[in-house]
Amino acid sequence: MAVSESAPASAADLTQDQLRSMYRDMVLGRLLDERILVLNRQGRAPFAISGQGHEAAQVGVGYALRRGHDWLVPYYRDLTLVMVMGMEPRDHLMASLGRAPDPNSGARQMPGHYGSRAHNIVTTGSPVATQILHAVGVATAFKYRGEDKVVVTSVGEGGTSEGDWHEGLNWAAVHRLPVIFLVENNSYAISVPQSRQMAVAHVADRGPGYGMPSATVDGGDCLAVHAAAREAVDRARRGEGPTLLEAVCMRLQSHSSDDDQRRYRSPDDLAQMREHDPLERFRRQLEGFGVLSEGDADIVRQDCQRVIEAAQAEADAAAPPDPATALRHVYQEG
Amino acid sequence: MAQITYVEAIRGALEDEMRRDDRVLVMGEDVGAKGGVFGATAGLFQEFGEERVIDTPLAEAAIVGVSIGCALAGLRPVAEIQFLDFIPPAMDQIINEAAKIRYRSNGDWSCPMVIRAPCGGGVHVHGALYHSQSLEALFAHVPGLKVVIPSTPADAKGLLLSAIRDPDPVCFFEHKALYRSLREEVPEGEHLVPIGKSRVAREGTDLSCITYGATVHEALTAAERMDRDGIEVEVLDLRTVRPLDREAIIATARKTGKVLVCHEANLAVGVGAEVAAIIAEECFQQLDAPVMRLGGPEIPAIPFAEPLAEVYCLGPDKIEARLRQLAAY
Repeated sequence: MAVSESAPASAADLTQDQLRSMYRDMVLGRLLDERILVLNRQGRAPFAISGQGHEAAQVGVGYALRRGHDWLVPYYRDLTLVMVMGMEPRDHLMASLGRAPDPNSGARQMPGHYGSRAHNIVTTGSPVATQILHAVGVATAFKYRGEDKVVVTSVGEGGTSEGDWHEGLNWAAVHRLPVIFLVENNSYAISVPQSRQMAVAHVADRGPGYGMPSATVDGGDCLAVHAAAREAVDRARRGEGPTLLEAVCMRLQSHSSDDDQRRYRSPDDLAQMREHDPLERFRRQLEGFGVLSEGDADIVRQDCQRVIEAAQAEADAAAPPDPATALRHVYQEG
Repeated sequence: MAQITYVEAIRGALEDEMRRDDRVLVMGEDVGAKGGVFGATAGLFQEFGEERVIDTPLAEAAIVGVSIGCALAGLRPVAEIQFLDFIPPAMDQIINEAAKIRYRSNGDWSCPMVIRAPCGGGVHVHGALYHSQSLEALFAHVPGLKVVIPSTPADAKGLLLSAIRDPDPVCFFEHKALYRSLREEVPEGEHLVPIGKSRVAREGTDLSCITYGATVHEALTAAERMDRDGIEVEVLDLRTVRPLDREAIIATARKTGKVLVCHEANLAVGVGAEVAAIIAEECFQQLDAPVMRLGGPEIPAIPFAEPLAEVYCLGPDKIEARLRQLAAY
């Protein structure tokens, strides 16, 4: 059943079930993110890096991809996006608590360093923007084999100052590769504001410099992001090359559990951000469409909490990695 | 078997492997229509096309980073860095990414790729500071990488085939002075030389000279001169500096009891230090002299003018002098 007539054109290709599912994914990402921060404050999760405020953009992009077919080369704020691709709360809790079943790395890496071959999520490290070039290589392989797959790679606006980002966009444009460069611009690279990162108003202003279509969208507007991502994905799948897609997001939490953004952002700034929380915006939007009824949002929330409780119980019960495994997987074994 | 040069052996190995396995592709600066600045990819562009022999933008980090992505997606890329001296921009991709992909994903992902780069200089190479460096120690320090430095045309082919088929990232450094100075019979078709296995380039009983790359030939010349005086020098060509062939290093040290380790790269904290440490740890009782080392002096690289270059370079004379010193100990 298609959405009601009050829905914008950007939602036209989405069913009511998909819209509800998108909302649920956003809520699941948010509540899991909040849970991890609590576990960090309790001293149980040694490190946490939050994606709160980015959920709408990540869901918007994620739903433009074919799960199990397309690829993602993420960055550390993509908790919600990797779950759209198929990862589970359990996976992230295993990583956050340093448990052996962590599918990203077997608890070798800090949490937030996503990777899962089963879900076409490329393994990622800590250096910023190195992953951009890997996505270009993945897209090279798709094109070389004549596959109709696309790859999305993401980074913050700070990462666009890195040489690897520039080299990756330039290369992808030269070779017209099926890659979407998503920039989740939340205005801050740890403490450094965008104005100290670049002299242009929008990251997407650089698109023409690479000979590449680009767009800036409101990252708090899930459907706007989705429409822009669909356009980029369709273009890539048609063999018409890459797109630079900038989603203007908000960073509701500090950079990481080792940072306190109250030291460099004003109370007004922080308060104003909260008033535009993308989750609330999407809830109101879906209620306006008649996709969510009164009380539905609470039910979604309770359901997600149950999933997280069960996942945490599983992670709590899981064993830490065996020290004997620390020397494994440096080279292929056997 | 045909008599071919070192660079022809490299080119032939790439061609053979690209014909055998369509996952193999080549990328780098000028590797396409020109066939590489040293001709190592000559003719490949014409045979395999621009999708498999990719002329890249002038961006070393991208050449390696994009190759990593290709490897992650199931291809077998061979990246060419035009000169090893220009690899530093790609170090992040090599050390933090390629080397760690298997480990950091707990074996979920792997990165089978080769990074080829011409290295080394010499009195007649005139490469000066930025076209002559031997930087292998930087890579040999990193778990997750393999580092191969062949000294002969046959090894260049056999080791390159092994490197391309290797499931992990391999740094493959080719001494540019060898490209056209050597010609030897190289087996046609399937000729695999295993990574991590050294080669006794010359048998001897009195002294051991452990080395690799172009220095092998200088050591052999020095050994021949010693032979005239009845001193038998065994020359061990390491072929691979990570992983080192510990067994062979220990065997030759125990056999002769006197070892000189030499390489063109800077001496301090070089591969020779690791070799010497292995011998000190494993062969102390069998040694008749302290392990000696010979390598590049404490200057950044090989200078341009010949009188200056000579100060840096080893050559048979310097190696012979050290061997005689060792023999007299």
